Amino acid sequence: MSCLTLLNGAIRNGFGKASFSTTQSLQQIIKLSRLRVVDNSALGRAAMQSGKPPRCIHVYKNTGVGTIGDKILVAIMGQKKRGYIIGCRQKQAAGVPRFDSNNMVLVDDSGTPLGTRIRVPVPSCLRGKATGDFSKVLAIASKFV
Amino acid sequence: MAASIALARQITRVNINNTKICRLSTVCTDGAFCNASLKRYSDVAPSRSDPEPDVVESHNETLSNAQAHYRYIFPEILPNPDSTRRNKVCEMLERNDMMNRRSVLEIPEFYVGSILAVTASDKYAAGNTSRFVGICIDRGGCGLRAWFILRNVIDDQGIEIMYEMYSPMIREIQMLKLEKRLDESLLYLRDAPNEYSTFDFDMAEVPHVAGDHVPINPLKVKLRSRPWLERYERQDLKGVEDLGLAQKFYDRAKQLATPWEKYDIMKQYRATVTAEDQDEVFRDIHEKQQQIEQARIVRRRRKKLQSNR
Repeated sequence: MSCLTLLNGAIRNGFGKASFSTTQSLQQIIKLSRLRVVDNSALGRAAMQSGKPPRCIHVYKNTGVGTIGDKILVAIMGQKKRGYIIGCRQKQAAGVPRFDSNNMVLVDDSGTPLGTRIRVPVPSCLRGKATGDFSKVLAIASKFV
Repeated sequence: MAASIALARQITRVNINNTKICRLSTVCTDGAFCNASLKRYSDVAPSRSDPEPDVVESHNETLSNAQAHYRYIFPEILPNPDSTRRNKVCEMLERNDMMNRRSVLEIPEFYVGSILAVTASDKYAAGNTSRFVGICIDRGGCGLRAWFILRNVIDDQGIEIMYEMYSPMIREIQMLKLEKRLDESLLYLRDAPNEYSTFDFDMAEVPHVAGDHVPINPLKVKLRSRPWLERYERQDLKGVEDLGLAQKFYDRAKQLATPWEKYDIMKQYRATVTAEDQDEVFRDIHEKQQQIEQARIVRRRRKKLQSNR
């Protein structure tokens, strides 16, 4: 974090006008991506209100790019928590909803959701993945789209 | 430009009721601008209220009104304007498939800015279908690959779904409000406050008489402040309010603008399908389309009678 801030400062102060062009962000969920907690857990709410939303620090997947239904590890309020991605900003396949934010729900180590309700719609296609711990997440969804 | 070429063409004109077939030959004696092989329609449907260019007007006399209207109601039926991607046989087969699909699924005339409800198969949902209502923010694709994007805000969460128009997963496409907006693409609604893209799922259908003028909604959207997903100041958008940026952004946009491109005939030529090719397509589908429309009228009447009982 401090390293990044220093680098940003160097770009802004040292070089004056940035001499490089930047492309539009892909909005991919990779390591260090920020996410939005959409369940009603106290920890999630506190993190969103403090202005420091959780950062993804690992995607449990070989590609390293998270998409809907994937399990991730996040850094939230100084803790490490696991969670599931339930909505992506990236372009999706036909019929799969694309959300305006990267949404996630927090789960504890046994895979039980920390909250009791998901405040936003959940992609309907995720119901095909209702196996093991993920079915507990779907059980607290309030709406499917 | 090349010297004037005298060009004689034979166009078979088919009447709507297919009873009369008359042959008409036209002779064009001017250069490139009048050369019939260079006349092209835009494959983007212009607003019907606008006066159409003379080029189109003069050519339309060879087509019946119904056929001339097809390029607005299904622009995706036209082939890919990129000549390297053209394949006549493939286009014909796709066209047949599209018309077969249209005979069982009513795909209404719609534009970017119209509000649609799509019912799609969803094996996990109750009743095996799920319905999504939203404003069409973009559409594209040729042939069977045609797509459109619907956007809505549910529980303060912006949601977009891209549907493939000819996908067998789609059960019903319902037109809730037929209208156009000031721009060809409304992707900037992603950077606008939620109220601009919030639509009620129980919204009542706004009636529209078939063949009537499609209203243009002159709504101007007030975007949120930067950062945005795109650089809207460079896009010459009609449907947004003043962006409220520093002068340097507009200066840069002016530097990068390409106002001469609208005079680039070759660019226009490559981006559109020739009038001859369009006529061929529309003539090809005309009979089938008439049958589909007849069947639709009968279905509607039957439905109305049943609801009256």
